[in-house]
Amino acid sequence: MRIHPRYTQGGAVAVLGGATILTLMILIFIIVFILEKGLPVINLNFLTSNPEDMGRAGGIFPTLIGTILLPLLAIIIATPLGIFTSVYLSEYTKETKVTKVIRFGTDCLAGIPSIIFGLFGYIFFVITLGFGWSILSGGLTLAVMILPTIIRTSEEAIKAVPKSYREVSFSLGATSWQTVKKVILPNALPGIVTGIMLSVGRSIGETAAVIFTAGSSLRIPSSVFDSTRTMAVHFYILAREGISAENAYGTAATLIISVLMVNLSAYWLMNRFIAKRS
Amino acid sequence: MKLISEKGVKRILMATAFSAISALLLIALFIISEGLPFIFKYGLKEFLFSSDWQPHLGKFGIYPMIVASLWVTLGAMVVGAPLGVAGALFLSEYVPKSVMNIIKPTIELLAAIPSVVYGFIGVMVLAPLIRDNFGGPGLSLLSASIILGIMILPTVISISIDSILAVPRSYREGSYALGATTWQTIHMVIVKASKSGIIASIILGMGRAIGETMAVIMVAGNSVNIPHSPLDSVRTLTANIALEMSYATGLHRQALFATGVILFIVIIILNSIASVAIRKRMVKR
Repeated sequence: MRIHPRYTQGGAVAVLGGATILTLMILIFIIVFILEKGLPVINLNFLTSNPEDMGRAGGIFPTLIGTILLPLLAIIIATPLGIFTSVYLSEYTKETKVTKVIRFGTDCLAGIPSIIFGLFGYIFFVITLGFGWSILSGGLTLAVMILPTIIRTSEEAIKAVPKSYREVSFSLGATSWQTVKKVILPNALPGIVTGIMLSVGRSIGETAAVIFTAGSSLRIPSSVFDSTRTMAVHFYILAREGISAENAYGTAATLIISVLMVNLSAYWLMNRFIAKRS
Repeated sequence: MKLISEKGVKRILMATAFSAISALLLIALFIISEGLPFIFKYGLKEFLFSSDWQPHLGKFGIYPMIVASLWVTLGAMVVGAPLGVAGALFLSEYVPKSVMNIIKPTIELLAAIPSVVYGFIGVMVLAPLIRDNFGGPGLSLLSASIILGIMILPTVISISIDSILAVPRSYREGSYALGATTWQTIHMVIVKASKSGIIASIILGMGRAIGETMAVIMVAGNSVNIPHSPLDSVRTLTANIALEMSYATGLHRQALFATGVILFIVIIILNSIASVAIRKRMVKR
């Protein structure tokens, strides 16, 4: 039997629209649920005092330090590598077999699960290079993890710089590198920064790759060779070992707020970038 | 005066361009060199198809974990793929562009929520719900599938939307000019034209589901057994690595790296398929 197109149309709107609304509701519920339970726990004292009794009481101060240091180290290492790679791919070479291999490698790296990064970071940085469970090992592991994101977003930002800019620069007698330095990178900067911020967001929330490389010490680190515990790892330990539901909610809320803040500023920057373009 | 010549700059840039691929090779090299000797020593067949996982007795069969990983991933696909593709179609074809430009970033923002948070929601909200309504321990194959299904939604939606929007306007106009409704246009024209991109989004979501660790550890229950019902507690390959890595030594640790090798190969295969599918779309365009 053939159903009249008007009814299939109505049915499709209902099903597809329903699926969309359900998706949005689930995702919003997650944020609201965590914030509702966690926000009452957060206060200045919670953020600035040390955990007591394994995290049963007290605050999360040392984990804030870990959460700032690890992503910071990761972007310091990955940003120059990522930008140089994207400059090379978009300005210094044509599409060849080599660039195809580089792109495929980047895509593969982006798809590798964080537990594999954890295993690799543990056997390579912690054991083979002898860095131990440390900020250095964790930061390097995260750097490898976020490299593909930075390469991709930088490449897109560089490609978005109008061709005429390059032509004008070359016609003035500038070399390729001068054009990259004075024309392309300044114009692509907001897009590149967006990629960096998205990577920071991912690093902040990362657990599996960090727990095996940076350890979970609650002491305040005094050098990059000290172990540290990030907020995400702290939250995982609190929640999984059932140490304190209240502090787990508080940590989760702080975690979500930090990640959302970093990502929202990334989007804000990207929109400004696009607005300026058109 | 110039510090480095143009040629020098080009060489440096070229060297850094290999950073990602060298990192990938380095990862493969170290995981494989730690895991492969174990597979040779223990026997691939015994490792993959024996159900006996008792590290203290020197028994390392990961079959239950393989089955669990497959079921959990399949479950996540059943939950996430239809919802995600339906959402992508609705947002790109029915909703005004201005609204979509708000909703799409919002959904992508949700991809940034750490996986431990999803796991926690699974423990606090979903598992009790399943325990009270369907019985069983709550922390189960079913909970893990649902949580993973939700986690892959942003990936599926975002990549699907990109490929749907890449369908040329003229296709839609041609279809509407023939008197087709929006739904007829969607399932006869749009879905066909953007098929490879939609498939790629689902495969990438699958890669994410199979590799997810922390959320699964929290909600799947983690007992090593071949599940007989969706309400059974299961342990996935990733969970097995993460749970035992902290205390494993010697052969046991090598067995965990060997599990990593298997996982690594599966992920690379999935990503290759997805990247071929995406490239096919580009070529078509």
